[in-house]
Amino acid sequence: MMSTKKSGNHNFNRREFLGAMVVTSSATGIASAVQAFDKKEMWQPDRADVVTPVRGDKYIFFTDDEAALMEKLVDCIIPPDELGPGAHQMGVTFFLDRQLAGDYGHAYSWYMQGPWPEGLPSQGYQTRLTPAMLYRSAIAAIDKYCVNTYKNKFSTLSISEQNDVVSALENQQVDLDGVPRKTFFDRLLQNVTEGYFSDPIYGGNRNMTAWKMIGFPGARYNYRAYVTKHGEKISLAPVGIMGGPSWKAKA
Amino acid sequence: MSTVTKLPSVDVLLVGFGWTAAMLGQELTETGLKVLALERGAWRDTSTDFAVTFAQDELRYYWRGALYEQPSQSTLTFRNNPNQTALPMRHLGSFLPATGVGGAGIHWNGQCWRFLPSDFVARSHNEQRYGRLAAEYSVQDWDISYEELEPYYDKFEYLCGISGQAGNLQGRIQKGGNPFEGTRQREYPNPPLDMTYGPELFRGAAERLGLHPFACPAANMSRAYVNPLGVELAPCTYCGFCEKYGCGNYSKSSPQTTILPVLMRKSNFELRTHANVMKVLKDSTGKRATGVLYVDAQGREWEQPADLVILCAYAQHNVHLLLLSDIGKPYDPVSGKGVIGKNYAYQIVSSVDVFFKDKILNPFVGAGALGVAIDDFNGDNFDHKGLNFIGGGYIALWNTNGRPIETHLVPEGTPKWGAKWKRAVIDNYLSSCSISTHGGVLAHRENYLDLDPTYTDVYGRPMLRMTFDFHDNERRLSNYLTDRAAEIGRAMQPREIKINGRDGAYSIIPYQTTHNTGGAIMGNHPENSAVNRYLQSWDVSNLFVMGACAFPQNAGYNPTGTVAALTYHAADVIKNRYLKRPGPLA
Repeated sequence: MMSTKKSGNHNFNRREFLGAMVVTSSATGIASAVQAFDKKEMWQPDRADVVTPVRGDKYIFFTDDEAALMEKLVDCIIPPDELGPGAHQMGVTFFLDRQLAGDYGHAYSWYMQGPWPEGLPSQGYQTRLTPAMLYRSAIAAIDKYCVNTYKNKFSTLSISEQNDVVSALENQQVDLDGVPRKTFFDRLLQNVTEGYFSDPIYGGNRNMTAWKMIGFPGARYNYRAYVTKHGEKISLAPVGIMGGPSWKAKA
Repeated sequence: MSTVTKLPSVDVLLVGFGWTAAMLGQELTETGLKVLALERGAWRDTSTDFAVTFAQDELRYYWRGALYEQPSQSTLTFRNNPNQTALPMRHLGSFLPATGVGGAGIHWNGQCWRFLPSDFVARSHNEQRYGRLAAEYSVQDWDISYEELEPYYDKFEYLCGISGQAGNLQGRIQKGGNPFEGTRQREYPNPPLDMTYGPELFRGAAERLGLHPFACPAANMSRAYVNPLGVELAPCTYCGFCEKYGCGNYSKSSPQTTILPVLMRKSNFELRTHANVMKVLKDSTGKRATGVLYVDAQGREWEQPADLVILCAYAQHNVHLLLLSDIGKPYDPVSGKGVIGKNYAYQIVSSVDVFFKDKILNPFVGAGALGVAIDDFNGDNFDHKGLNFIGGGYIALWNTNGRPIETHLVPEGTPKWGAKWKRAVIDNYLSSCSISTHGGVLAHRENYLDLDPTYTDVYGRPMLRMTFDFHDNERRLSNYLTDRAAEIGRAMQPREIKINGRDGAYSIIPYQTTHNTGGAIMGNHPENSAVNRYLQSWDVSNLFVMGACAFPQNAGYNPTGTVAALTYHAADVIKNRYLKRPGPLA
């Protein structure tokens, strides 16, 4: 039942502690490390509590090597340019780290019982890998591909070479060591987009910069004054669930 | 073995507590009977669960599904045709059923339509006009007419405070309304919502093409409203977090904002949450329901006896319960015999994205049912001779949201990632919109629901198995609607359009609609249907089955209005006929 998962509150120190355990143990056993991690979501099922903001600046899911790859990979998906920051600077790697460490990474709400025959494309996600394990396995396979192809890990390739690798991933030309290739790439694009455009409370979209870039005013709840102002630009600074810079109390 | 504790009997037992159960609870408690609702999920209310201080959270509510059912607890298996092996839907995608009080009535758009008069006689009407349907289409008449349902559509529209404009008032066509709609006895309770720029551009283009655009009927309040139960709703603030979200502003009709403040106070009404019904129990004759077996949050099993049992869960969950309870003959796609699981249908959708060079549309100023539509190509509103399909759908420009993870339209040929993608998103976010087509789906002999032979749910019960694909009629229909939508898109004089047609097999993954229909269909005979015109089981007369599972096939509209009208119709006959003399009504 849903309510069985109500135990415990979020405790950031505990999360950091457990995160450190993951990093340590991942050298010896990936699957067990993932399973051992605290699976609490940032909100509790069946409870109308506000979201606990993501804090800190240390990775708790990615190892150092994994983070090095991901920081470059997310910047291939959404690169820094004259229009604005790339995905990494916007906190997307950090967002992914916390998502993969939590309920989402562990497919908490998904049906994950066998049998596991290969499915048709119309049948959707049909691998026993949780998103956390999907990423962990794919990251290792991508680096292996890069070492075989370029004699270097992904993070040390030139941007042009990195883009070639992403194209190869998109075209399902990279052997991902049993990870369904399209499943991984589709999810990567989706999760990076989530980190770029979601509320900053989850660790990405830092300073709501992605919202400013496109002109989305954020988590506002009243546009009544603007409905019939057809064709007019609405100049409202974005607001997040935690508020906006313009109305922070003065120190 | 766990022990089952038997509880004191109640008069009426409602299984599930969304729209239909709230409506029935309100109606049937008026008779003085003791009514109990069992809801598998949690209690939810506006001020505590969807407060405006945190409701506008795209990641939490849509992408992580905080309001929806959890496949880890409840899902189904899926395949496109009987020759394939069905596999579990492991996470939600194509449709988003709810769990918890209010059901999907919490996170619907509020697009509140009536079906066309001809939709209720889909077989006889179309065969009379166009000749015999191909044998593979198991289309049936509903055994109820639009005219019979009209007062009940009206009742729901006034309960909800629907914003809209009549198109056919007592037979007189009204300028600005939908001229194709069935006759309505009175105007909508509230005027249409104020319209944003995109829908207005669509309206202008449609008019120039000689079509008949109108403001869509919306369960989003265009002004403050007090409904007939005395419950107050507030004007919509166009925040753009309607569908897939709860409304924090009391501006979208839901059980919580229209009925529950009255119903929950009644001494003869009781709600139990975290009560998951496993099966309907029957007596030794198999002709009478004695109650239900349910499991609570702690895993304890309870027998809840009742004189009258009404299934009010989501469409396919009602069908699942019937199959698990061995009520009615399961449908067999080979022989075409049997009724439970028969005629599962859905919706076929496509879209045309419209990109302007120098117009700012502000997509984030929106509401779930804010839009302009045409009905010129819905149902039998147009001559199908030579088209090789029947039915149709509406074409609308909805301005529901600008939530950026979900809504960032990019032109044809844009890569899926990288600098070009980023620039395209930034360049087009404020100046693009999308036209939707919303086609009906005919009943087909090989589209059905049954029990899966392999996969089980967390209670060890066989999962429901869905076998579904689009067939020739829908593909032709959708191509036709998409072409019409593209014509309107071009007439909006944009920089460019992008056509997203409907090709390939139906997929369980991308979101399409939560408009699952059929499986416990209504009809005029036990041989062709699971329930009669009053939604009463042909096999067990003290069991009624609500919901879109009663639709013999799906029309080109969102289902909620028709689900509600059928429910109020059933409530009337239960109150005025069944309770006076329990037994088969037809």
